[in-house]
Amino acid sequence: MTTEPLFSLRNRWFVASVGSAVAIFVLSAVVGFIWLPTAQPDAGFQGLWNAICSAAGVPQSWLRSTPVPETRVTSTVVVTPQMLDNLDAQSIGRGATLALKCTMCHGARGLSEADSPNLAGQYAAVVYKELQDFKIGARTNAVMAPMVADLSDQDMADLAAYYAYLPRLPGYHPTPGQVAPSIVVHGAPMRNIPPCAACHGGLDVKTGSPWLEGESPVYLKAQLEAFASGARHNDISGQMRNIARQMTPADIDAAAQYYSNQPPGDR
Amino acid sequence: MLTNKRLVLAHFWLAFGTFGLALLLGAWQMYVRSPLSPAIDDPELYYRSVTAHGTIMGYVFPTLVAMGFGYAITELALSKPLVGRRWAWAGFGLVLVGAVMAMVPVALGRASVLYTFYPPMVGDAFYYIGVVLVVVGSWIWVALMSINLGIWKRENPGKPVPLAMFANVAGSYLWGWTAVGAALELLFQIIPVAVGLKTTIDAGLARVFFSWTLHAIVYFWLMPAYIAFYTIIPRAIGGRLYSDTMARISFVLFLVVAMPIGIHHLFADPQVGSGFKVIHSVFTAIVAIPTLLTVFTICASVEIAGRLRGGTGLWGWIRALPWDNPLMLAVTFSFIMLGFGGAGGIINMSYQLDSTIHNTQWITGHFHLIFPGAIVIMYFAIAYDLWPHLTDRALESLGLMRLQLWLWFVGMILLTFPWHYVGILGMPRRMAVYDYTNPAVAPQALSVVASAIGGFILAASGILFIAILARGHRTRRAPAPSYRFSVALHEPKTIPIALNGFALWLALMVGLTVVNYGYPIAQLMALDDTSVPAIRIGGPR
Repeated sequence: MTTEPLFSLRNRWFVASVGSAVAIFVLSAVVGFIWLPTAQPDAGFQGLWNAICSAAGVPQSWLRSTPVPETRVTSTVVVTPQMLDNLDAQSIGRGATLALKCTMCHGARGLSEADSPNLAGQYAAVVYKELQDFKIGARTNAVMAPMVADLSDQDMADLAAYYAYLPRLPGYHPTPGQVAPSIVVHGAPMRNIPPCAACHGGLDVKTGSPWLEGESPVYLKAQLEAFASGARHNDISGQMRNIARQMTPADIDAAAQYYSNQPPGDR
Repeated sequence: MLTNKRLVLAHFWLAFGTFGLALLLGAWQMYVRSPLSPAIDDPELYYRSVTAHGTIMGYVFPTLVAMGFGYAITELALSKPLVGRRWAWAGFGLVLVGAVMAMVPVALGRASVLYTFYPPMVGDAFYYIGVVLVVVGSWIWVALMSINLGIWKRENPGKPVPLAMFANVAGSYLWGWTAVGAALELLFQIIPVAVGLKTTIDAGLARVFFSWTLHAIVYFWLMPAYIAFYTIIPRAIGGRLYSDTMARISFVLFLVVAMPIGIHHLFADPQVGSGFKVIHSVFTAIVAIPTLLTVFTICASVEIAGRLRGGTGLWGWIRALPWDNPLMLAVTFSFIMLGFGGAGGIINMSYQLDSTIHNTQWITGHFHLIFPGAIVIMYFAIAYDLWPHLTDRALESLGLMRLQLWLWFVGMILLTFPWHYVGILGMPRRMAVYDYTNPAVAPQALSVVASAIGGFILAASGILFIAILARGHRTRRAPAPSYRFSVALHEPKTIPIALNGFALWLALMVGLTVVNYGYPIAQLMALDDTSVPAIRIGGPR
């Protein structure tokens, strides 16, 4: 028995198993690569070779059409998780000097008393991106536009480094027994709204999303409304516009109020 | 003859201990996302729990059962002591260390990526390294099974390999090869990012690698159950195995066709061409052959037992079966759940039909019916059957064992049938919160409550199972009679070389893997614009 050849055409187990594996493969390949693709004719892919390539998943340019040109200015900043990772003390120092210009609205240490956003402890990538967007006009604001007109790329990175370095306001949600608003911790899945806290801190943080704890409720509400109306559109993939459009006024109020909670006396 | 009782018991106790913990997590998950509980305040806790539940139930628990059972089979079937006992303990140690290493970051909320990893999400490196250690520990077992069989074959040239050992080694080879996919994903895609060497990840390629593991791993989980069907059940109920050859053909077919089918998990993924999806769909259908061979052979074996016990007529043999024997109950429940699960699986494996239930709770229902349903109930049976031989004490509580199996069966049906139904209604899986006040979701509430109750029943059954085994260590000493596996109706005297070894089947397994996976993997590796920035999970929040 041990001398019986295994990998041989004289072994019927070998012939039957390999033969049926090959037959099943060939049959399914004919169905998957020839029959089904050609049964659904696609104007872009004529002919057998094209059918086989498309079924194999070879990347091809499909849907040749002229893109609708964007008439508005859009953000040019590509935010990555490692962006502005290597900012040093010198950068922070330069940023501190440059920030003297900003104190009128954003406060001496990045904490505003004028319903302008608090910048203390804000992620560097966020401050940098907003400054760039103000400069090219992707985000418009009558006060900010002239303030950023003269800033160089390095200036903006330095300002971002400085504000990221300042201690931030902690989240303050003291009311025992009172749960966080559902829009913040659960979102509204049936309306395609993810939880605010999944990106903006609380549950998780995502690259490019600003830290919102302690932010002015007036500012938060104004921005959500601006996203909803499309007046603000520097979220390059429309993620905040899509979310804000689906939020009810009550959702917006609840989220703005939740994030703005601060310890008494800090304001 | 069992000379390594402590080794086998260590594997079983670690397996069933972790299983108990993960089972309780599962029941908690059922509760918090049902209408019985207010929506969870911190959904991250839910995903933490799902990650732990899946990691333990998918990687740790069944692997340990297969390893422990495999060591027992080696000694019992080959009638000689295990070779490589120290290595076996080393493998056990690696699994233990790996499981702890993986679970700590999960418990801390630093790796809530779910057990399927879902790149480009990336959690704490220790989680992935822990999973790799579990796999490496189990690969030691794979090697030992192969070595022990090799030694036995050299000592017994030309003799048929005992069926239990043949099947056991088939399962170990299947695991050895199928784990390679996830290992490649972890070692070359995820861990370099997790330890900070890379910042981008090719999520599409990583998913293709994972699909290599993801389906065949289910057949690895299935192997101990199938070994029990063929080599324990007929003996335990007083019958004969209907056909030894049919059993061997089933096991080698699993070895061959379990692998080249994983892309049916990626039907909705755009990075794989539709042609390969069709091929994998067709090969998935072929898995029905070894499954149906098994159903036929085991039903025939059970009928032999019924007729030997005096059953007559078309159905009389069913009444004559030993229904007070827990193993008889286990195999019956297992087949019922396998039947429903398999029928549902036909929907999942069909390229077009899958789109109606893809990523819904239907899928969760399906794989719970198959794995914790049809398969784990046989793990219970294996433990009940082996325990007296491992402890030298009798398991006295037959009534409790029957109750435990009934609870598991009823609980699992109550858990999974409503899951299938809400899946058809479109309920997505892997979500922590459902707003049952929404008119579109409200009709699902009652079904979700029913499945949560099923989850509680399962938790009760699991606790009872562990209690029965624990009690089995304290009953009166009663050395068990020598262990034996089922005897076939016609015991094999000689066996074709193809069915007495694995060379042909391993060649087909690897060959079909290359043919069915080669191009999609090569293409994704060759493209240079398919990586995306990794998303870190579990940072400061």
